Amino acid sequence: MAASGCRGVRSILWKYGSYGKNLFVSRSKMVPQLPLRQIYVASSLWKKNLAAAGPQKFTQEFIDKQVEEFEVGKRHLANMMGEDPETFTQEDIDRSIAYLFPSGLFEKRARPVMKHPEEIFPKQTAIQWDAEGRPFHFLFYTGKQSYYSLLHDVYEKILAIERHQDKMRNKGLFTSDTKQILLTGSRWLLKEEIEENLVENISVQDYMRLIQLMELLLSMPYCSLEEEFILKFRKQLEVQSSKYEIPALQYDPQGVAFSVADGRRKSAKASITLRDSGSGNITINGRNYLHYFPVLQNREQLMFPLLFVGMMGRFDIEGSVEGSGHSAQAGALRLAISRALLSFVSEGEVEKMRQAGLLTADPRIRERKKPGQEGARKKFTWKKR
Amino acid sequence: SRPPSHNIVPTSLILCATYHSEGHSGQYYTLPPTHIQKLFPYGLPPRFQLQIKTFNEGCVMVRPPALELISYLKRADYSKPPLRYVLYGDIGTGKTMSLCHALHYCYSQGWLIVHVPDAHLWVKNCKELLPSSSRPSRFDQPIQASQWLKNFKITNERFLSKLKTTQRYVWTKRESTEKGQPLGELIDQGVNRMKSSSDVVGAVLRELRLQAGGATEGEGAFKLAVAVDGVNALWGKTSLKKEDRTMCEPEELTLIHNLRKMMKNNWSGGAILTALSQTGSVFKPRSAYLPSELLGEEGFDNMEPFVPVSVSNYNEKEFESCYLYYLDRNWLQHPHSRSEEGKKELIFLSNKNPSILERLCAFL
Repeated sequence: MAASGCRGVRSILWKYGSYGKNLFVSRSKMVPQLPLRQIYVASSLWKKNLAAAGPQKFTQEFIDKQVEEFEVGKRHLANMMGEDPETFTQEDIDRSIAYLFPSGLFEKRARPVMKHPEEIFPKQTAIQWDAEGRPFHFLFYTGKQSYYSLLHDVYEKILAIERHQDKMRNKGLFTSDTKQILLTGSRWLLKEEIEENLVENISVQDYMRLIQLMELLLSMPYCSLEEEFILKFRKQLEVQSSKYEIPALQYDPQGVAFSVADGRRKSAKASITLRDSGSGNITINGRNYLHYFPVLQNREQLMFPLLFVGMMGRFDIEGSVEGSGHSAQAGALRLAISRALLSFVSEGEVEKMRQAGLLTADPRIRERKKPGQEGARKKFTWKKR
Repeated sequence: SRPPSHNIVPTSLILCATYHSEGHSGQYYTLPPTHIQKLFPYGLPPRFQLQIKTFNEGCVMVRPPALELISYLKRADYSKPPLRYVLYGDIGTGKTMSLCHALHYCYSQGWLIVHVPDAHLWVKNCKELLPSSSRPSRFDQPIQASQWLKNFKITNERFLSKLKTTQRYVWTKRESTEKGQPLGELIDQGVNRMKSSSDVVGAVLRELRLQAGGATEGEGAFKLAVAVDGVNALWGKTSLKKEDRTMCEPEELTLIHNLRKMMKNNWSGGAILTALSQTGSVFKPRSAYLPSELLGEEGFDNMEPFVPVSVSNYNEKEFESCYLYYLDRNWLQHPHSRSEEGKKELIFLSNKNPSILERLCAFL
């Protein structure tokens, strides 16, 4: 089950795998995408298969009580923090909890959290038949009652829009250029996310059928009537959250332009001052770069951003770096130099640098050692008996 | 002004290193093969020797430190005690090469050369350390001593028959060298009898000291050039151990002791050219390059007063010259290295340090 789920997700990700960029590829085109590195994965993949959890473990009264307690607790927390209980949002709650219960745990999911019970307790199916064994829902015997009822709802809406269209035609007010729903910056919910909402397992074909119906709905001119309904099934893509702003160009008392930037790699932190006058001297931690980096590879790393932009002999660089080893320090310095160069360089060049990978921070970090193993990957000697 | 594209000085100036002047700075001149064989059997840096073998010629760049040294040598007064010149600078900037250049000048002027290519070799990695035959508290190094005597013989052949010993030296019960014997015999004694070779070295040095200032005109006139590379080894620590596992001091080594006596300026008629070296040094940090750091207190006091000559990385003109030389010799084979950008990359990666540049170009 999980394997097929993964494959399904991967196939969807291949088509919609543009998280970091604000591109939307309409599914009808089916252009084969370039394989993109999945840095982010939908959180629904982590969650357990809800439908397989079985009948409900928490009664509805229990959940209601939890909700009540949450609301009361929220007001108490607001009073404690000296803020207005009426306008206390979830973000404020998170902030306050992080303040009151500071945790040094690395795993963010293990830290103390106070959220609405809807988010904490997994959604589960209520008992679907009455005391005599008669099912409540008319589609119970399809096996996937919520899915099929959803399809019915969508079709109802399509029919409603068609009737509206006919009415407008009869009145003579039919126009094609009505208000269109904005779809940029969002994507359809994934199969896993829909499963989560419906608390049911659906197959890939079911999911594709649902999306087809939604697209049909969208293709009609008056679909803006059902905008709210459609947007429930679309998820906003995250805006480039780590958008780096170009460091400002500052000026010396002598009128020499300089810029300051930082860079990190593994656990090395580097900070650079790039001055415009210069003749290509580089000083790191007070020593000449030839002495600080006797290894050629590290000097090549320093050289790369300047070479790429073509401003080799123009700058004087003064840097300080600490932590980790020589290679990581060189990588950190390289990132810092690239960032500092952004303020001296035009827009097109910035894009080229980004594509060359000069501005991306290397996310690789030392892998944790696991118990029962020698190191991160190395196992103890395997003994047959 | 741009140096000429073919920047090797024409043959007519080879032998007349006297004519090297500031105008030639940055240009290369060729060492004649005969001179290389005689003067520098082991004197040149190992990578340069490889380069000579590869290019089939030894070309040395004329640089300001060497020119400075040669100008001092020209103007010095040789009836007074010898001046001590110390070449110092960062690693790989060309101290040994400048020393060799100056030494070549001395050789072409007909001086007697006492050249210790690397004093560090005498204070570390010694396979045989014998207790001295003459003095109880000293240690001999027969291999190093005999090697040095052989080299000395090759370099200064024409002087060997001219100079005579001034006193009688007794080596063992049965062997001795009489007064008035030619120096060549003394050296042969040292080469043949390994056991007493260190003492022979001491005797040779003593003879040279006594006779250097001697007759200013006439038969036995000669000027003495004492060149020691890695002179900080004389006053540093050794990495040799005595039989009872304690560290050996430099004074306890015969060779070092005699060389130290040579470094003192209580004789006349010559010059002492030295160069510091961190690369071969024992127990010295890599960042140390100033005379005070490398010589230590004791060394500095002994060497004072001296004329320091600093050697630094190539400047623009010299770098250009080196680059053109490599191009000329087809050493830079990578097509990108022949372009402007390639040259800028080379400048950056080597920071115009001669040895780093040489290593870089070796694989291009």
